[in-house]
Amino acid sequence: MTVYSFVAQLLAVLIAVAGAPLLTGWINQCRAWLQNKSAPPLLLPYRTLHKLFWKESVVADGASPLFRAAPYIVFGAMVLACGIVPSLSTDLPLAAAADAIALVGLFALARVFISLAAMDIGTAFGTLGARREMLVGFLAEPALLMVLFTAAFITQSTSLANIVETISGQEFAIYPSLAFAGVAFAMVSLAENARVPVDNPATHLELTMIHEAMILEYSGRHLALIEWAASLKLFAYSSIGLAIFFPWGIAHVHEPVGMLLALPVLVAKLAIGGAALALIETLSAKMRIFRVPEFLAGAFLLAVIGILVHFLLGA
Amino acid sequence: MEALLAILGIPLAGAAVLGLVGHRDFAAAVNIGFSLATFVASAVLTAQIVADGPILVLQQQFFVDSLNVFLVTLTAFVGFTTALFARPYMRVERDHGKMTPPRMRLFHSMYQLFSFTMLLALTTNNMGLLWVAMEAATLATVLLVAVYRTPASLEAAWKYFILCGVGIAQALFGTILLYLAAERLIGAEGGGLLWTNLDAVKHQLEPTVIALAFVFLLVGYGTKVGLAPLHNWLPDAHAEGPTPISAVLSGLLLNVALYAVLRCKVLADGALDSRFAGELMMGFGLLSVVLAAFFLSRQRDIKRMFAYSSIEHMGLVTFAFGMGGAVASFAGLLHMTVHSLVKSAIFFAVGHAAQKAGTQVMDDIRGLVRVNPVVGWGLMIGTLAILGMPPFGVFASEFLILTTAMREFPWTTPLLLLALGVAFAAVLAKVQPMVFGETNVKPLAHPPAIVPVFVHLGLALLLGLYIPPYLEGWYRQAARLVAGG
Amino acid sequence: MPGLVTQLINLFAALLLLLSFGLLAQRRVLSLIHLFTLQGLTLTASTTAMAFFTGQPHLYWSAAITLALKVLLMPWLLHRMIERLNVRWDVETLINIPATMLIGIVLVIFAFNLAAPISGLSASVARGTLGIALACVLLSFLMMITRTKAIPQVIGFLAMENALFFAATSATYGMPMVVELGIALDVLVALIILGVFMFQIREQFDSLDIRHLEQLKED
Repeated sequence: MTVYSFVAQLLAVLIAVAGAPLLTGWINQCRAWLQNKSAPPLLLPYRTLHKLFWKESVVADGASPLFRAAPYIVFGAMVLACGIVPSLSTDLPLAAAADAIALVGLFALARVFISLAAMDIGTAFGTLGARREMLVGFLAEPALLMVLFTAAFITQSTSLANIVETISGQEFAIYPSLAFAGVAFAMVSLAENARVPVDNPATHLELTMIHEAMILEYSGRHLALIEWAASLKLFAYSSIGLAIFFPWGIAHVHEPVGMLLALPVLVAKLAIGGAALALIETLSAKMRIFRVPEFLAGAFLLAVIGILVHFLLGA
Repeated sequence: MEALLAILGIPLAGAAVLGLVGHRDFAAAVNIGFSLATFVASAVLTAQIVADGPILVLQQQFFVDSLNVFLVTLTAFVGFTTALFARPYMRVERDHGKMTPPRMRLFHSMYQLFSFTMLLALTTNNMGLLWVAMEAATLATVLLVAVYRTPASLEAAWKYFILCGVGIAQALFGTILLYLAAERLIGAEGGGLLWTNLDAVKHQLEPTVIALAFVFLLVGYGTKVGLAPLHNWLPDAHAEGPTPISAVLSGLLLNVALYAVLRCKVLADGALDSRFAGELMMGFGLLSVVLAAFFLSRQRDIKRMFAYSSIEHMGLVTFAFGMGGAVASFAGLLHMTVHSLVKSAIFFAVGHAAQKAGTQVMDDIRGLVRVNPVVGWGLMIGTLAILGMPPFGVFASEFLILTTAMREFPWTTPLLLLALGVAFAAVLAKVQPMVFGETNVKPLAHPPAIVPVFVHLGLALLLGLYIPPYLEGWYRQAARLVAGG
Repeated sequence: MPGLVTQLINLFAALLLLLSFGLLAQRRVLSLIHLFTLQGLTLTASTTAMAFFTGQPHLYWSAAITLALKVLLMPWLLHRMIERLNVRWDVETLINIPATMLIGIVLVIFAFNLAAPISGLSASVARGTLGIALACVLLSFLMMITRTKAIPQVIGFLAMENALFFAATSATYGMPMVVELGIALDVLVALIILGVFMFQIREQFDSLDIRHLEQLKED
């Protein structure tokens, strides 16, 4: 492990942790612009986090240690996930320890803990949110795995770093199977990150909450960590998407200088991606809860077709 | 070649003319006139083919040999006699108020257009055009099946359209596969869809592609032949439309579809060394015979019952062609002819019977022979003929088919005999009280069509007793073509 | 790495398959027509690409006919039909949509298996797409049999013709012109007849629910 790889790894984690709230702020701004409202300031998420860290954390009497520990576990899992995804460079020492499947496992870990914490207090909202989250996750996880497998079949490796290197190293080619996988991945990201049309991140109406219902009991620093973790999850998903479908610009193992270029490229790509997400959110209406399984089943099937198309067309 | 152009041009012109004047009183006569002209042209063409051999004309797009020329003549003949029958029949229908002038116009023009599409399908050399003509034949008759606008007829027409449409889409895929196989040998410009070219290179065509193509083609065109399990549309479509349409659908369109299957079978037999194509046809044919026989006994509507009888006979013919060999193919061709003649004769009689009784339900029609001996006896004799009573032609062909089956595929014989027996008992039991006994039907205002019924039955009788030598030679030639000898 | 034209055709094929699945998953009739129009556009694009790269001029005519017929005329006819029939309902299905899509996946696998040995035999640049075309045919067929209303069945029928056309242009270099014209004419006439038909059905039953048309059962 050279100095450069160490620096690259550290930089990746730091950029993720520092930049995730910025991404969330950017998406909120774009959405406000598209909806013809006056936009909140770009750095508002940072101010919110700062405010929450200074507030007192109120915990219910019946809360178990799990309740207190969950935010830290979730945050830790997300930071780790961001450390594995090659956003700036593929020269990540941690990447050797975990491949795409382990990445999905990390997300699952976070999901399990937050659901347990939601049910911990015993309120109706928490259980409601936990059950719905499990419904979404149960269907989204196989779809995500299929998407990653499609990329893996093309590049003959499940390590995200290798995937990036292989795809960006070849000359430009249109992979129809990746087209299917791309659509599926977009649908899964919308579901997992609690975005319209699956879940409205700004609502607190009982009928429509999923993610918000689970974190209703949290306050103060716990809430700050969970909000930060949600931003990190969005950042991680965006980076995974960029790594698989638009891997050009990411520095390779033996190009440490490439990281200088990789940072602005990453910023540009995330900006475009965020704007696209805001567009999708504006154009879609939120689905009724019982249609969410259909939506995710569609994503799963698209991913499966992607794999089948790869076998048939060899592309 | 002029005869061929006449055969195709006359019905097309007839469709145009009748599209304008089809609602007038003289429209039926005009219809008969055009059909007669087509028949004369077909007779001329037949004489030409018999004398000079097969012809390949109009940039190789049309090919007439001994196999399709007799079908062309048969189609033109039955078209003519059905037009004769349609005149008094439609007059009664108009009196009963079931046919309005616009509907008459539709009927007459579509009738001629339908003839055109069938003749086009029979004479074309281009497999793609064959497909287009088959689909066009369905389209020409769909609105006619629904012409009475009753719920049952709308349902029948919808099922007819959708099921036949889906089926024929499979046939299109088969045609594409055929073209795929041909293109590698003949090239893109060499007319890879022309049957004559395909026939010339059939031993070099790629077996896997041709096998798959034949399956799709059999399923596709087989839907139009009425092979089980794709036969669902047939009883409804043949039962609900006006009787002249039932007669031509049963008597002619099924033959044309089977002709399409035969052309494909010749290619498949050449490309594949095994008897795959034949065995597939035998399987479908046997299934159709057995299934139809058992459904026959449960019918209450007379036209539905005879529609199932068509399925049974077409299944038998498919089975015969599947067996292969000169004798079975000869029998198959003979059966196609006599079935056409006898079934249309039956429908003529049934049409008038239903008009007298005001209903198609068999339990409500009684004692036809007392009121109108022609219709009664026509129905009775026709039924006996179609059930395979000697000395009619159907007996001869069924006998040949059964003996070939007994010789080469003995395990199928009990099934066939059982099915034929069940059909015999069921149909005779239903028809007998309809014809004899106490009557409940009223006489018709106009005299029914006598000539077509008895001409057809007479011909069927003739073919059972004695086949003229030129006809026999003709059948043998065609049989040799089909059997790949 | 396959050549550019093969990649393009593969992309169009994948798009066609995606649209076929999209047709299966739709709930609103208007979006069905839009997807059908998109299918027609994809076909036109792929035929034009084939024509450009393989230098077959008659494919340009093919593409032109497809554009005129399947992108302009037929959707217009369908829109008119919907307006005059006053169709306002959601698509009703016999089995629910996720189950339909699962069956669709099975059909796709079946079609790919069936077409795999044949693809190797085609001399065309786009031979791998025969399997996708067959899969689209089967998916449209599934759509036809799981829909209870008339218009989605009709659109399924038209989508089947689209898939067959794609099979013809990708596996072979398109059928001879005369045949293509004939097929186009057939499809157009079929659509017109269906339009007339639906009026008659609606007049008789006051509804376009196909289940009204199931009375002629075996008795």
